[in-house]
Amino acid sequence: MTIRVGVVVFPGSNCEQDALHALRFLRAQTEYVWHQETGLSGFDAVILPGGFAYGDYLRTGAMAAHSPVMKAVKEFAAEGGPVIGICNGFQILCEAGLLPGALRRNTGLKFRCMPVRVRVETVDSPFTHGTWPGEILTIPINHFEGNYYCDAECLAELDIERRVAFRYCDEEGEATDASNPNGAAANIAGILSAKRNVLGLMPHPERAVDPDVGGTDGQLIFVSMLSTLVT
Amino acid sequence: MRFRVSVNVMPRSEISDPQGQAVERTLPGIGFQAFTRVRIGKRINFLLEAADKSAAEAAVSSACERLLANPVIEEFEFEISPDEEPAPGEGSG
Repeated sequence: MTIRVGVVVFPGSNCEQDALHALRFLRAQTEYVWHQETGLSGFDAVILPGGFAYGDYLRTGAMAAHSPVMKAVKEFAAEGGPVIGICNGFQILCEAGLLPGALRRNTGLKFRCMPVRVRVETVDSPFTHGTWPGEILTIPINHFEGNYYCDAECLAELDIERRVAFRYCDEEGEATDASNPNGAAANIAGILSAKRNVLGLMPHPERAVDPDVGGTDGQLIFVSMLSTLVT
Repeated sequence: MRFRVSVNVMPRSEISDPQGQAVERTLPGIGFQAFTRVRIGKRINFLLEAADKSAAEAAVSSACERLLANPVIEEFEFEISPDEEPAPGEGSG
């Protein structure tokens, strides 16, 4: 069967081609979805790519969260459809209330663009079931505002419900301060929604799919997701 | 009635402000000593048509919670005053 993946394009998105290429590389039928679209019928999964939607005006993701397509994304997620928000996509999911917390300026005010290591914190999700618990993935980051924040109560809830998907870690798999590139709370690189079908993450797995352009660790996330859609 | 609205949005007090910290570290280097607790927010000004001041306050508060501020990381306050100036095209001249 054919799996159809939609990559949402906002004015100011700039990683939609990477996402499209990565998913097509993995043999998924992948199409762009313009932000003015009001429906997602026919799609099996949705990706909100990185970039600077609406110029990051006001706050990252603030305006994009209220665009017509996000109403459709909320309905899609409510019905259990898998949604991945990458980088700016993660920021949009938080602003839209599909994920808790917010992404703030990196500690030290540095734009960070480099490969980082992240540790898989749970394999209980459509995006990580094809990985090993504690597996270390090397995936690039590329952001100025990836400093994940939520209050202590929310952080405890994420831990108890095992909804932290990835944490920044060192080569030994330890989530140290030195391996935290942006000051994120508890080294959080990615989280899951309560129903586990929405993933937001700062690293760019779509840039670690094609071995010609930077590793293949990102494949695990997409292949995990695609394999759950094969019926 | 038309109101003049000014919204101040600030990072919540319990949240660190990397921008404010960077400015605070720079000030002494150019001769400004004893500037502490620098925090950077934003100010948003606009005009609003509303039946009365309480309706205006309700609308602004709701807009702040839904878009102008992110309650997870920011707090807001606003001032509302009647707009005395005629709008363009409404002048008596």
